[in-house]
Amino acid sequence: MRNREKISGNVDWVTVMIYSILVFVGWLSIYTASAGEDVSTLLDLNTRYGKQLLWIGFAILLAGLILIIDAEFFSTFSYVFYLGLLLLLIGVLIFGSTVAGSKSWFKIGGFAIQPAEFAKFATALAMAKYLSALNVNMRALKTKVISIGILILPALLILLQNDTGSALVYFSFGIVLFREGFSGLLFIAALMMTTLFIATIVFSETLVISAVAGIVFIIMILFKKYRKNWKPIFGIMILAIAFVFSSNYAFENVLPAHQKNRINVLLGIEQDLRGAGYNVNQSKIAIGSGGLTGKGFRNGVLTRYNFVPEQSTDFIFCTVGEEWGFIGVSVLLILFMTLLIRIILLAERQRSKFSRIYGYGVASILFFHFTINIGMTIGLAPVVGIPLPFLSYGGSSLWAFTLLLFIFLKQDANRLNVL
Amino acid sequence: MHSTDYSSRKNIIIGVFLLVAIIFIIRLFYLQVINSSYKLSADNIVLRKVREYPPRGLIYDRYGKLMVFNEAAYDLMVIPRQMKDIDTSLICEITGIDKLTFEKKLRKAKRYSYYKPSTYMKQISKKDIGKIQEKLYQIPGLFIQTRTLRQYPYPIAGHLLGSIGEVSKREIEKDNFYKPGDYIGKSGIENYYEEYLRGKSGLKIVEVDVHNRLKGKYSNGKFDTIAVAGKDIFLGIDADLQLYGEQLMQNKKGSIVAIEPKTGEILALISSPGYNPNLLVGRERSENYSKLLKDTLIPLMNRATMGTYPPGSTFKMVNALVGLQDKTLTKYTEYGCKGQLSLPIKCTHDHKTPLNLSEAIEQSCNPYFWNTYKSILENPSYSGSHEGYEHWYENVTSFGFGKKFKTDIPFEVRGNIPNNSYFDKLYRGSWNSLTVRSLSIGQGEILVTPIQLANLSTIIANRGYYYPPHLLTKMEGQDEVLNPYFNEKQITSIDPDNFDVVRTAMLDVFEADNGTARWYKLDSIKQCGKTGTVQNPHGDDHSIFIAFAPMDNPQIAISVIVENSGFGSTWAAPIASLLIEKYLNGESQRKSLEKKIMEGNLLQGDKNKRQH
Repeated sequence: MRNREKISGNVDWVTVMIYSILVFVGWLSIYTASAGEDVSTLLDLNTRYGKQLLWIGFAILLAGLILIIDAEFFSTFSYVFYLGLLLLLIGVLIFGSTVAGSKSWFKIGGFAIQPAEFAKFATALAMAKYLSALNVNMRALKTKVISIGILILPALLILLQNDTGSALVYFSFGIVLFREGFSGLLFIAALMMTTLFIATIVFSETLVISAVAGIVFIIMILFKKYRKNWKPIFGIMILAIAFVFSSNYAFENVLPAHQKNRINVLLGIEQDLRGAGYNVNQSKIAIGSGGLTGKGFRNGVLTRYNFVPEQSTDFIFCTVGEEWGFIGVSVLLILFMTLLIRIILLAERQRSKFSRIYGYGVASILFFHFTINIGMTIGLAPVVGIPLPFLSYGGSSLWAFTLLLFIFLKQDANRLNVL
Repeated sequence: MHSTDYSSRKNIIIGVFLLVAIIFIIRLFYLQVINSSYKLSADNIVLRKVREYPPRGLIYDRYGKLMVFNEAAYDLMVIPRQMKDIDTSLICEITGIDKLTFEKKLRKAKRYSYYKPSTYMKQISKKDIGKIQEKLYQIPGLFIQTRTLRQYPYPIAGHLLGSIGEVSKREIEKDNFYKPGDYIGKSGIENYYEEYLRGKSGLKIVEVDVHNRLKGKYSNGKFDTIAVAGKDIFLGIDADLQLYGEQLMQNKKGSIVAIEPKTGEILALISSPGYNPNLLVGRERSENYSKLLKDTLIPLMNRATMGTYPPGSTFKMVNALVGLQDKTLTKYTEYGCKGQLSLPIKCTHDHKTPLNLSEAIEQSCNPYFWNTYKSILENPSYSGSHEGYEHWYENVTSFGFGKKFKTDIPFEVRGNIPNNSYFDKLYRGSWNSLTVRSLSIGQGEILVTPIQLANLSTIIANRGYYYPPHLLTKMEGQDEVLNPYFNEKQITSIDPDNFDVVRTAMLDVFEADNGTARWYKLDSIKQCGKTGTVQNPHGDDHSIFIAFAPMDNPQIAISVIVENSGFGSTWAAPIASLLIEKYLNGESQRKSLEKKIMEGNLLQGDKNKRQH
């Protein structure tokens, strides 16, 4: 009893509050997108809003359960969770069902569950567990290889399920690694690679390569010191050129056509309002039509009449944009930012390294979903199907995010017990 | 010591988070507040403007008999933008076309507009549309629009009623009332009274979902406009008379025009061969139209208003009237006739000589009217025959010859009364009455239309005046006359008294023992008429007859032309007489004559000729 009172006193209620608001806004949007003119009961399990209500109920139970369980439970069993999820990810490749082109669902009765969603928290746990071990040396190559291995493994398995979006989420662990001391150069290199990749697609190989060579040439002329020490500069240049060639080859020959198409549309190379650009265009129209103050609850005709595909799952942000307008989405963005920064600040106050790293894992995953999901609805990110945390319809995603967040809240509530 | 080394990196991470949020906020501000084009596209996506087509005005005859009414037809419309992930084979199956045609139609629709609806398939029957409607929800971008087609209870009067058809690009440019796919009166009454008949289309704004399913009215119909039905119109046509006339004219080339002398209302306007107006309706319109267009008998031409003929002997009365007015001729004036030997114009009729005016009209004596004409032109009160001719020209044109009436008669032509300058040019100034002598007997350059001939009959019936021949009598919801010009009395240059002798002579054409139409005399009706035989350089002579009746209170004035049928008295006169009887008595008692005329086939020769 004593223990429980302490928990409720130490739980960060601000986070819980934001979580609740986000879940509620999500449900309202699902309701508006899926409810017909006459609604007899909110708990109609034939409808999405009815089902989501049920999922929310389970999520609350799940959250309560996590807060009751001993805080050490998750850190102790981190690897067990991780290995268990890896097995599930392999299992789903063999026994899973295919939904919308991704073989990533276990179907049990009328019920479908997506292991990829849960693999995120397990990976965060494993990463935290590994990096918080006392003998880990951040600068050692072994550490780097293993930690990258921890996130690459589930990412690859998910990629095999043909669920690119969920696989990309594991990139977000880069933020955790950065915080824990990985070299910043790695991220600068990643940024440069991204830039080169986009430039190669938008312009042409030859143009980008000549630009790279031109820049090196100018550096050589302007800075004397590099003229003497030219080897690393030339090394980088050759690497860059190799990267341009290989990325161009990969884009043209390896990437599936629909992915390639989506990237082309995003970069404005193709104007394909029928195909890949269709979703985004409809989405932009829906959001844009919301105006400053929005059309009001249940008045978002575009989302209500199914003009935006996937409007209660991946494109749920459109509903908010159309019905609540710029003011509504601004409030939503502020809520998300508050949540993310709050998690960072909570992570930083942890005495336990495990809790801190896990906290960063939570923030990173949420941030990645937030960025890509909202980014794609407003045409700033490629359309990869990943949900908006806490808002999007779906039991797996809601429970996985609830699990992810509340494990951290439990760690945080327990922080004072850690020596 | 090691873990705190990097805690400042949290600031970089938070900074990145905030950067993304700020980029999003800016982007959203642009999308939602600055750029209004998304709002417009949103309206276009969910709001569909459905044009409500008003029923087109109905057309009645003078007794309120329905001549034209509407029947529902259905158009399948397409909005290319909404067509995505469509099942092409399903579309082809339900609309009964092949894939290639479908793609062609879709391309055409796309060329017109990506966002606006255009017609995909026209005028689908009630039976077929039911089948399509069942499957329609599976095909976004297609919807049904109800339209009305014209139907004609009597298969008559195609020429004067005209037809409706889809608007052309030019018509749309001229009048922004029309949208592609709209119907417009293309000819005849449908065309002339288009702006009254068409009504006003309404606009219903409805909300549809992505599957094109109707979700309800937009803003409770606040912005909807209601379609206003077109106005019904009443014509002076007597549908029964028109039908009877068309029956009499079957298998003959020519025309009939009947006018009510007191008003100028046209009672019948017949051009033969004609066509069933029901042929030019609906999907078969263009096919039938091109068939009619290729027909060597030119059924599409309205001979009653477009056919021009030399008036022949019927014109002799005009010369007589001008002479009487000029006092260069009296009813007692006598001229001799040497028959075939007469100069400069021979006489083909066998009659006594000399003869007076009344007898000359009855017998249609050519030399008599040559002399009449000569004395008009060579009237000593003028400087010479040129001035005389000019005076004659003014008199003749006051009868409505050589000009259009400019009423609602479709496709009117002017005919031709040559003027001085024409002859000056032709003969380089040196000409006199002898040079233009053919005009004395209604031959030569002079050309008149059947409607002008009927109008001549009207003038004689009215003793010197006419009202511009017109079709419309009344329009729904319009108490006063639509066009006051229709009721403007047109007075000729001839005094009423001068008509008496001509009228009496015309009576004798029926009643006298040697009258040229004496076989068609009726006891119950005093008919007045005049035969004409028009020399036709291309074939057999045209038979012409003008008539009015009853003499003392004329109710009907008529002109009949039967092409290539020989003497006026053989075909044209009995047709005119039967029509008079039908109109005044409601039915003709002369059944055998009626039968003989209806069964008479004068096209046989034409047909044979065409086969060669």
